[in-house]
Amino acid sequence: MENNLKAGYFPGCSQTGTAREYDLSLRSVAEKLGTELTDVDDWNCCGATSAHVTNHTLANALAMRNIVQAEKQGLTEMVAPCAACYNRLIVSQHETQIHPELKKEIEAILDSKIENPVQVMNIVELFTKIGADKVKQAVVKDLKELNAACYYGCLLLRPSDITHFDDAEQPTSMEELIKLTGAKPVEWNFKVECCGAAHSIARKDIVVDLSKKILDDAVAHGANVMVVACPMCHTNLDMRQKAIKKEYPEHKEIPVLYLTELIGLALGMDEKELGINLHTVKFELKKETA
Amino acid sequence: MTEEKWEPKVVAFVCNWCTYTGADLAGTSRLKYPANMKMIRVMCSGGIDPVFIIKAFERGADGVLISGCHPGDCHYNAGNFHARRRWTMFHQLLEYLGIDKNRLQFSWVSASEGKKFVDVVSKVVNDVRELGPFKGYKELNSEFTAVVNGLKQEVNKAEAVNG
Amino acid sequence: MKIGVFICHCGENIGRTVDCPRVSKAAEWFPGVVHSVDYKYMCSDPGQNMIKDAIREKGLDAIVVGSCSPHMHEKTFRKAALDAGINPFLCEMANLREHVSWVHDDIEEATQKAIDLTRMAVEKVKRNQPLATIKVPVTKRTLVIGGGIAGIQAALDVANAGYEVVLVEKEPSIGGHMSQLSETFPTLDCSQCILTPRMVEVYQHPKIKLMTYSEVEKVEGFIGNFHVTIRQKARHIDASKCTGCGLCITKCPIRKKAFNSFEEGMAYRPAVYVPFPQAVPNIPVIDETVCTYYKNGKCGVCVKVCGREAIMFDQQDKLVTEEIGAIIMATGYKLYDISKKPDDSFIKGYGEYGYGKYKDVIDGLQFERIASASGPTSGEFKRPSDGKEPKKVVFIQCVGSRDDSKGFSYCSKICCMYTAKHAMLYKHKVHDGEAYVFYMDIRSGGKMYEEFVRRAIEEDGVKYVRGRVSKVYEQNGKYIVKGEDTIAGMPVEIEADMVVLATAMIAQENASTLAQTVGIPYDKYGFFNEAHPKLRPIESTTGGIFLAGACQSPKDIPESVAMASAAAAKTMVLFGSDMLEREPVVARVNELLCGGCFYCRKVCPYSAIEVREIKDRNGVVIKEVAYVNDGLCQGCGTCTATCPSKSVELMGFTNEQIFAQIAAL
Repeated sequence: MENNLKAGYFPGCSQTGTAREYDLSLRSVAEKLGTELTDVDDWNCCGATSAHVTNHTLANALAMRNIVQAEKQGLTEMVAPCAACYNRLIVSQHETQIHPELKKEIEAILDSKIENPVQVMNIVELFTKIGADKVKQAVVKDLKELNAACYYGCLLLRPSDITHFDDAEQPTSMEELIKLTGAKPVEWNFKVECCGAAHSIARKDIVVDLSKKILDDAVAHGANVMVVACPMCHTNLDMRQKAIKKEYPEHKEIPVLYLTELIGLALGMDEKELGINLHTVKFELKKETA
Repeated sequence: MTEEKWEPKVVAFVCNWCTYTGADLAGTSRLKYPANMKMIRVMCSGGIDPVFIIKAFERGADGVLISGCHPGDCHYNAGNFHARRRWTMFHQLLEYLGIDKNRLQFSWVSASEGKKFVDVVSKVVNDVRELGPFKGYKELNSEFTAVVNGLKQEVNKAEAVNG
Repeated sequence: MKIGVFICHCGENIGRTVDCPRVSKAAEWFPGVVHSVDYKYMCSDPGQNMIKDAIREKGLDAIVVGSCSPHMHEKTFRKAALDAGINPFLCEMANLREHVSWVHDDIEEATQKAIDLTRMAVEKVKRNQPLATIKVPVTKRTLVIGGGIAGIQAALDVANAGYEVVLVEKEPSIGGHMSQLSETFPTLDCSQCILTPRMVEVYQHPKIKLMTYSEVEKVEGFIGNFHVTIRQKARHIDASKCTGCGLCITKCPIRKKAFNSFEEGMAYRPAVYVPFPQAVPNIPVIDETVCTYYKNGKCGVCVKVCGREAIMFDQQDKLVTEEIGAIIMATGYKLYDISKKPDDSFIKGYGEYGYGKYKDVIDGLQFERIASASGPTSGEFKRPSDGKEPKKVVFIQCVGSRDDSKGFSYCSKICCMYTAKHAMLYKHKVHDGEAYVFYMDIRSGGKMYEEFVRRAIEEDGVKYVRGRVSKVYEQNGKYIVKGEDTIAGMPVEIEADMVVLATAMIAQENASTLAQTVGIPYDKYGFFNEAHPKLRPIESTTGGIFLAGACQSPKDIPESVAMASAAAAKTMVLFGSDMLEREPVVARVNELLCGGCFYCRKVCPYSAIEVREIKDRNGVVIKEVAYVNDGLCQGCGTCTATCPSKSVELMGFTNEQIFAQIAAL
């Protein structure tokens, strides 16, 4: 196909661990859409760990090293499917742009100049870049049975002055994307509410309550599936449902898909290919009757 | 010119509405600043021609201060914006003319900033004192200096006679 | 040229640190000086007489007074010069007090500086030219733009003083936002009751020409001499025939196609309508966009019912020109429509409050209509979605105001008061209802204002919560208001039946375009700029154009009215004389030198530079040169510094004069 997109790919730690299916589905979908993803060589932690609250310089240096790596490979665009990676990379780019001192310091640490030509994209932006038309053309399966609640979480949109991506309070870009597959987006209240990921280890009680609130609202507004674009969101909303069920036995489970998985289904791939079978809350499309 | 004890000579071009009035306030507040600076009042900093500055250096100034209303507060809405642009350009050309950049300074002093005016003047005079006398044009200008000196001697003589 | 120098001791003020006799002695030797004296108080009567006598006796051509700041006494000494028969602009001052004696301690230094300053002034005055005060005639008619309370007040004041007024209003009726209000703080008197008589007075006033449904299209000229073009939009009704019986309105079959903007979109209006029953003038307008006749040429019910044959489907917009001496801007404000994200990049909307998404999340003006006895609910508290009486209402203040990140940095000033009023009105009618107000600070400066807010809290039991609201969402038929109580330090959630947002007051639609048309500056929000924030708050920086009401910044009714009366008084000051006099500090172009590059036009803040054609004796244009309009030029001199051929000079501050000062250093 002509005009095929070539982009860098920054997997980040989740893609190789808890979010393996996200990695799997992204690679398959990209291939199907003729998008060539090039992994960033020798990538390292994005700094979203404790680094960004304990050591400002370290956190930015970690992120910027990845950018510089991509730069050395001659990449001009790079997708970071994990919202936390996306956020760290784009924030560090911003920080080094507005603070020349910090930039110098990091350049010294990395022993390399920072030119900042690499445009970091989140997963939604990748699909926008590929093009709605292209996605639509590739759809072979109508997902009309799905009423999807798109959940953006916090890191994809904020801080809006830096991300410049969608409306931070009432985003709609994911909805626009999933409409291409025939799935119906539901209007609901907690698209950008906190899922509590920051507390997921220390205060599980808080996370259980926050996640439950989000899931319940999606169900109350008629959703039968949730779509996310962040491994942390997925962990909290999918894996956490067992704990929620323990606390609240009446809890109604709802499957949680990655955006790439939902698009993959529409492109005709099966659940296993996309890694959906790895989820805690099981999900399967209705078997074709006709 | 009495060259034994050199005192810096600074000319200030100031706008009528903000800095001149600010200087008046410094006076009414009885603040003190060095007497080395003399002011020339124009209506707006936007009306200060770069030629005035070169002329001042030519005529023996060791430093020049330009001051007007704060950007956004111009009595004429936009005059000082023009001034600011003009000075940014002109400042770059100074070294080409053989004039140290620190001999020409800009500031915004509002009508209520008597204290700031004093600080600005003191700073300019000190800076120029450190730079020493500006000789660039003086050598080219001996003829004119002779005239002025003659004039001054006359004045001094007159004072001696009358005084 | 004979020059006189007069050195003032200012009592001890100058004399203490400046050796005044020495200064005056030194000045005697300056070339051109024929007379030099010093005296205790130059500004006193004997001092001034000394100057006048010297001018007469010694035949002086010009004088220099070495005394205080020209800002203090320039007028005094120029007057003295004039009295003695020389041109007042041949008087210069050397500032020996503020710039010498008060700021230096050393007598030798100060005296030397005083001598230098005097010499500079002498050198300048030698090159001064006699200037004549500029006189321009005044057309004694006022244009008021905007027919809200500010415009109404200004028009009435000017007209009652005996001058003609043209009042232009873009809507079909005057009255503005005030006519929409239910009751007014802090007295709770009915807005319509106090406003309608004023509206009628405007309509009936013999000196006021009322032009509703009209907009100012072009303003040319300058202070005292504006030529204004006004577009009278086609009403499609012959105003001279219409009696305002309203039969066309009641019979119009188009009932539910257009929202009633007076009711803030909470009701419909027919295709032929008056904005509200008390409209002035009571002449309807046909809305082309919804009227069936303009779609397919059919219907025409209104034509059939109108006994006066006043319907004119083919009526066209009309352009009217008026000769005007002064303009009062009274264009008011509008509310920030937070459902939309405006194009301006710095405003980001408040999607999280659900305005525009939930019918029961309304803004302040919508609440006014619900509370108003003449409103869509006849003054009963019914929420827009289902007409039920809301039992819990949450009011959110500062929506869009005082918010650097998403809205406007400024305080909208009236919301604290009207929110207290809203909560009070609600509690007065729904006794078992609960009213919550989320606020940042309560700003209730004004006579009886703080007392009013206390009354809402203490007597009417309105619950005030200090904190911001993060989100409003619907759950099980309730609006969940999620916020923070910063005093308790706790997050709060209130299940409300209705939410009222005190949205920011912002500049009127197209305010900046109008400002450009009229030629006045505006701030980054689109509010018109006053000439001086403290001492000239009524005037714009353009001569002859005055500001009244919320077009300058958010204001409540009494402030708008006060400002309107002040603007009216300012126009009367202007009309006090037949000819306008102004200082001749204006730019002048040397047409022989001017090369016609017109850089000066680009930098002139007042658009005072015009193009003049130079023709030879056969009338063939040889070249175009710049020409300064005295009426518009304010004398900043930016053009003089910009001019590459130095063909434009600022009178009183010519290059020659300044070079002379530099040379005299």
